Amino acid sequence: MSQPLYQARIPIHPRSVEGRFRNLKYGILFLAYAVFFLLPWLRWERETGPSQAVLFDIPHRRFYLFDLIVYPQDIFWLAGLLMIAALLLFFVTGLAGRVFCGYFCFQTLWTDVYMFLERRIQGERPARIRLSNQPWNAEKILKLGATHASWLLVAFATGLGFVLYWADAPTMVREFFTGQAAHAAYVTTGLLTLTTYTFAGLAREQVCTYMCPYARFQSVMFDRDTLIVSYDRARGEGMAGRAKPARDLRSRDERQQAGVGDCIDCGYCVQVCPTGIDIRNGLQIECIHCALCIDACDAIMDKQGWPRGLIRYTSENALEGGKTRFLKLKTVGYGTAILIIGTLLVLSVLHRPELDANVSQVRQPLFVQMADGSTQNSYEIALNNKTQRRLDLEIRVVGLEGADLDLGRVEEIVLEPTQRTTVLARVRYHPEPGGSPSRLPLEFEIVEREGLVEPVRVGSQLSLRP
Amino acid sequence: MSTNENPSKKPGEVETTGHVWDANLQEYNNPLPRWWLWGFYATVVFAVVYWILYPAWPVGDTFTKGLNTVTFMEDGEERTMHWNTRALLTHDMQSGKHAVRQREMLERVGEMDYDTILADVDAMSFVNAYAKGSFGTWCAACHQTGGAGVIGLYPNLRNDQWKWGGTVAEIEETLVNGRLGYMPGYRETLNSEQLEQVASYVLSLNNYDMDGDPVAAGAEIFTGHLGGCFQCHGMDAQGLTSQGAPNLSNNLWALVDVPGAADDEERVARVAEFVRDGIQREMPAFADRLSPTEIRVLTAYVHSLGGGQ
Repeated sequence: MSQPLYQARIPIHPRSVEGRFRNLKYGILFLAYAVFFLLPWLRWERETGPSQAVLFDIPHRRFYLFDLIVYPQDIFWLAGLLMIAALLLFFVTGLAGRVFCGYFCFQTLWTDVYMFLERRIQGERPARIRLSNQPWNAEKILKLGATHASWLLVAFATGLGFVLYWADAPTMVREFFTGQAAHAAYVTTGLLTLTTYTFAGLAREQVCTYMCPYARFQSVMFDRDTLIVSYDRARGEGMAGRAKPARDLRSRDERQQAGVGDCIDCGYCVQVCPTGIDIRNGLQIECIHCALCIDACDAIMDKQGWPRGLIRYTSENALEGGKTRFLKLKTVGYGTAILIIGTLLVLSVLHRPELDANVSQVRQPLFVQMADGSTQNSYEIALNNKTQRRLDLEIRVVGLEGADLDLGRVEEIVLEPTQRTTVLARVRYHPEPGGSPSRLPLEFEIVEREGLVEPVRVGSQLSLRP
Repeated sequence: MSTNENPSKKPGEVETTGHVWDANLQEYNNPLPRWWLWGFYATVVFAVVYWILYPAWPVGDTFTKGLNTVTFMEDGEERTMHWNTRALLTHDMQSGKHAVRQREMLERVGEMDYDTILADVDAMSFVNAYAKGSFGTWCAACHQTGGAGVIGLYPNLRNDQWKWGGTVAEIEETLVNGRLGYMPGYRETLNSEQLEQVASYVLSLNNYDMDGDPVAAGAEIFTGHLGGCFQCHGMDAQGLTSQGAPNLSNNLWALVDVPGAADDEERVARVAEFVRDGIQREMPAFADRLSPTEIRVLTAYVHSLGGGQ
């Protein structure tokens, strides 16, 4: 028994299509590319810091997003963002199927561009099939070479475009081409060029079917009310199945009398599918819900003069003659969770203190007795100026009567914009004779001398001999 | 039970292993996808590249070393050797970004005078961070992490009992030259009753409620020629930093565990025992082991621990 060691990819040569969803996809693609490639070039004026609107400054541990500067301490925002992203995915998938896959996924977007280039260079589907089957000659070498060259160019632009988010864009481009950029820039660009070329050019739908886990668990997010791209089997097949518009089967009336459905078995929906499936076989793991088959089928229906929607976004319930219910516990639940987390995130971003203070009590030793009978505790107060202004700070102890603050000889605490420092503070306190508790709460109040920022209070404690 | 029948296969259908369970449950025999196979080849290539670059195979009592990729200075000479974490650490300590930054800050603080260091937030922030490490290396073995000391053995650096003085000059002197502390034992001079009288007197100075008679007698011994304690500790027992003689009136006990005693009787016994035996202690000099800059940073750190003068 001979058997191949591996299975080669079955080549897919999708036909181009025009229609509502195709236009929507082009619109989203255009917007996404515009944002991705142009955003790093947008300049932004700041009192201090770089003049790039969006910059992820790793060496200085700072993310600049327009007027918002994100510090390492704000990393939990990322958790909120990820939760929103995950919930949004569940929410949207529950409602409208894999719209993320079909319209927004990078794999889909970049593959779309690659197919566009392929079509411009090699021609429409029949030409491409012919080219792929013909033996190697000048034409094939030239056309395939040009295709791969254009793919590599887009891949390189993608890699470099990504790198520009991590450094000043104009400087970066200049340094990149004069060989002065950081090692990481070349490595990242190279890696992204390679992966983009491989995934969008060579692997394509295999990424969706074999590598992406999303297809595998879509079924747990779907229910009978989820809008999915589906073929109306009842209408398309009728009693006697689908049939080509042969003689006596041309008009809708003739077909219905013969028991034949509306599907004329033209295969257009199969030819346009970027993952190479036949939607008429029902919902499949490979289907990314890009709706190009809807456009294809609508075009055919229009030509026949029959109503559109033989393939359409619909739910299982609707297909069986019921009604699609959108307001369900699941959607409401996901929606509420998104709203709550989103509100919390926005509130957190808006109410972030401009002066970040953190007090940690020195624990070795926790307390010490001084010559005058008082007890001394030491603290390290970390201060972080998140504003774009110079702050002149004063530290006080509040909330504990009779506690003395000692900063040694440090009198001026001046923080330059975005500067951090740690101040050593000692607090002395005369415990009441007999029976004070072993710890007393106290607060450090950090006040800006000119009132540029709100005073910050940080709670801590004073430990006494038990 | 599985039966071994290979059901007839239509062209284009996936091959099965031929095993059939429960009438119709079959096992597909799909070939591997090509991308998977290429992924596997890539791991083989990776392994070969890795083998060339890094230490990999044990050979007898040695191993293949890989390429020499890590460069560092050793005894003033540049040395390049194969990748290993020790060489990497040496390289990083010499030319790593943070190591260089730390060295620069250290030099900057080393050039400041104490008044500037102690009043400067950033310098003190660095002193605290850097000297915590030096303190852990050189001082914590005796003075304990954080400088809390051990009663009877090593002084507490967190309180403000400065036997040898708490000014920066005095702390630096202690670090550079070390200190030799000596209190003579009184076993030949004083009998046990007198020892207890002195002990009672010293405890009374620290607000312990002692009997009047022994206290008065103890005061006489302390301030008189019999004991002569005042010569070091002073007439009012305030101590004398030039002798390293501690203040005996502030209830801070570095050498006698008075706070740990259960009652007055035990306190008196502990102090009396100490006076009888005396003590000699040495703090080693660090001038040979630490650079002036490191001593400067450590001095500022110790000064900040308890609130130096």
